[in-house]
Amino acid sequence: MIKTLHKYASPMHFHAVARAWSAPLLWLAAALFLAGLVGGLVLAPADYQQGESFRIIYVHVPSAWLSMFAYLVMAGAGATSLIWRVKLMDAIARAAAPLGASFTALALATGSLWGKPMWGTWWVWDARLTSELLLLLLYLGYMALQSAIDDRRAAARAGAVLAVVGVVNIPIIHYSVEWWSTLHQPATITRLGAPAMATSMLIPLLLMALAFQLLFFALLFIRVRSELLEFEQRASWVREILRQARSR
Amino acid sequence: MTPRRRRMVTIGLLIAGMALATGLILQAFEQNVMYFYSPADIAAGKAPPDRDFRIGGMVVDGSVKRDPESLAVTFVLTDYQHETTVQYTGILPDLFREGQGIVAHGRLDTSGRFTAREVLAKHDENYMPPEVADSLKKAPPGATP
Repeated sequence: MIKTLHKYASPMHFHAVARAWSAPLLWLAAALFLAGLVGGLVLAPADYQQGESFRIIYVHVPSAWLSMFAYLVMAGAGATSLIWRVKLMDAIARAAAPLGASFTALALATGSLWGKPMWGTWWVWDARLTSELLLLLLYLGYMALQSAIDDRRAAARAGAVLAVVGVVNIPIIHYSVEWWSTLHQPATITRLGAPAMATSMLIPLLLMALAFQLLFFALLFIRVRSELLEFEQRASWVREILRQARSR
Repeated sequence: MTPRRRRMVTIGLLIAGMALATGLILQAFEQNVMYFYSPADIAAGKAPPDRDFRIGGMVVDGSVKRDPESLAVTFVLTDYQHETTVQYTGILPDLFREGQGIVAHGRLDTSGRFTAREVLAKHDENYMPPEVADSLKKAPPGATP
């Protein structure tokens, strides 16, 4: 078991796996996007209160979920790298940060566009919106730290500590709508009991969530590959890849 | 303890410490993290009397009175325990309607009326087609799924 783990955690092996998987994942994500968008924008009925405007949920909710998931990946990889000193995990954490930041920005932007027609405001400083903004700042802080420290090992270690400390914000984002009074409504899907959503609206949402998830992994693999090539530029396996690429 | 084990414990303590610190801070600032007060809070005297705050609740059915000459409107907010009358002059959000949750920002006058400067609509976490909502309304009380 430990042996297989070691094999998969080796930069060379992971690079090969990531290279093989990123394209199929992208295609699968594209197919799910198509199905989810047709289902959500065409087939799903309008909402009884919000009318057609509720359809922005099909982008807003998946990107909000991914904004938190990407952070857990980044913090998990950071903690693993701090404890076990696995080079691959540094690359994963570094690769996850800009992706997470993008999903967070997308969640905030679509939420703002949704807030104006429904709530009557682009932005309020309630607990949910503020903690999600803090998440964006954590990502940006991590990325700034990575480019501020020249030594990659030191940068990865400092970033990992920041990522691990910031993980406290994740449960706050999720439970903010239950712990405090907020303008944002409570959870529809991730709650005890059945989702508070008609099935015809729910299925496209789940398809979109899966599409976002696969897109995340596809992009993560692509980014991890380039991180690994840069990390390991002196290793023989990277030279071998470069030699093959040149001779083609 | 191996160095690996020590690092694991350090990280565990780091997260636990951060969680504790954040928890205490949020506890201390609970009044500021709360986005709005309910009519029950106001009845209990928890709301600040001399500065702006937000009040949230359901608009009572049949309580919305519009002035035909201007944009002035008054309505009653309830949390099903207490009620507060709110007056507002301006354009209400699309989702504003009787039975809908809203949040108003303004201040309380001495007579216990709330004068709002801004009214925001809150929507709930339920999504369904209009037909389903209609049939739920027609169903006798207690027969909801």
